[in-house]
Amino acid sequence: MLGFPRGKTAIVGAATFGVGKAPGYEAIDLAAQASLLALAEAGLAPRDVDALFIAQPQDTLATLSFAEYLGINPKLSDNNRSGGSAFLLHLAHAALALDAGLADVALIAYGSNQATASGKLQQTSRPSAWEAPYKPLRPISSYALAAARHMHLYGTTKRQLAEVAVAARRWAQLNPEAVARDPLDLDTVVNARLVSDPLGVRDCCLVTDGAAAVVMVRADRARHQATRPVYLLAAASAVTHADIAAMPELTVTGAAQSGARAYAQAGVRASDIDVVQVYDAFTINTLLFLEDLGFCTKGEGGAFVEGGRIAPGGDLPVNTSGGGLSHCHPGMFGLFTVVESVRQLRGECGARQVAGAQLALAHGNGGVLSSQATAIFGTADTL
Amino acid sequence: MTTPLRPEAEFRQHLEAGRFMLLQARGSGTFVHPPRVAVPGSGETDLHWVPASGRGTVHSVTTVRCKPPAADYNVALIDLAEGPRLMSTVIGIAPAAVHIGLAVLARIEATEDGPRLVFAPADASQD
Repeated sequence: MLGFPRGKTAIVGAATFGVGKAPGYEAIDLAAQASLLALAEAGLAPRDVDALFIAQPQDTLATLSFAEYLGINPKLSDNNRSGGSAFLLHLAHAALALDAGLADVALIAYGSNQATASGKLQQTSRPSAWEAPYKPLRPISSYALAAARHMHLYGTTKRQLAEVAVAARRWAQLNPEAVARDPLDLDTVVNARLVSDPLGVRDCCLVTDGAAAVVMVRADRARHQATRPVYLLAAASAVTHADIAAMPELTVTGAAQSGARAYAQAGVRASDIDVVQVYDAFTINTLLFLEDLGFCTKGEGGAFVEGGRIAPGGDLPVNTSGGGLSHCHPGMFGLFTVVESVRQLRGECGARQVAGAQLALAHGNGGVLSSQATAIFGTADTL
Repeated sequence: MTTPLRPEAEFRQHLEAGRFMLLQARGSGTFVHPPRVAVPGSGETDLHWVPASGRGTVHSVTTVRCKPPAADYNVALIDLAEGPRLMSTVIGIAPAAVHIGLAVLARIEATEDGPRLVFAPADASQD
């Protein structure tokens, strides 16, 4: 099993809180509210948690502050900060620890009040000394450099990028929790104000508040929970660089590595996956990750998403919550890809439910395409 | 025997003296940038400073759009002839005219925050 305990752990609680604007709350309050909801689903209290995983936007010692806040006395804690992908790394580490018997109940949490606190993306790192003199917009210019390269090599068009934003919006229109639900068409995205060429304002994720949390236990315990367990079949990651100038190839992300490892762990292929959530901080992300995760070949992402293929009614349901582009983007979106995967496999997604979904892939991105992490979830039928 | 290296400080001292220098491993010839104490991957530490050729090619470029009266500017990734890729900007040309594959030459530009490395189109460098 390539060292990964396939199906030996499961998510038994998953929740969001404060998606959109949550005035009056500090980031830690939001993370706590989501955690309480997730724990309640699992019939647990904070004191039952013995493994705590958290990365907060600006609190770099969040395992300490959050443990104190909720009254958790963790024997295992992980404040891994790889950017927005961190929570999928937490999943991987939680699965290993639970399976080894080092802990029994893992909580993974995140919360941000960036929209009401500052109205813009909160930076979680300082500018690189090698970038600062050139004033790239952080982080969009780095993604724009990758997008420009993708266009140059493969003929990808702004209209193809716009397909990603429109598909996300159409999913969001089916999600009552999504922040951006107004109609959006290709022309509006293509003609939107440019921010850092070729990316315009409609190629960019939202700036919102929001929190998410999941509770994980071993599969034997999960079977006795009230909620339908969602089993973790794989979780793998890769780091390729920090600054965009050091990315080995601007159009090939570490998702090619993390995805291949995750498929091997789960014993499935891209064509087996029923529903996909990828961290779409910018429209180019979705193209790169669909390619690198094997849903299409390198360079064909643009053509792949044309004609609403990843939108509701399309061949491949991608970012069914509306993603970072239209659901929410409270600074680090990774954990929301996990919560939506869980909701889809539980069958509780209402109008946006992917019928009969058995296998879900969640993919997180951190830094500027720097850290990539892929998780694959399955229902009991996939064990 | 190598002398102790203070990578970033020495790079900046060279830049302030009008020199664009790169670290190179004596044994393997590998060039390293941004400067650091060892060659990434191999860990070779036999690094010394050598003058960069200054020749490069635009690997990718983005125009950062600004609200007037501030002017748009470009942020570019430059592939140096020696191998390393770095972030910089191409000057002396309209931002939108900078394109992938453009041959460029390094220049050192004075700014309020000290000298910075920039690039100009190679065919205009003799102006």
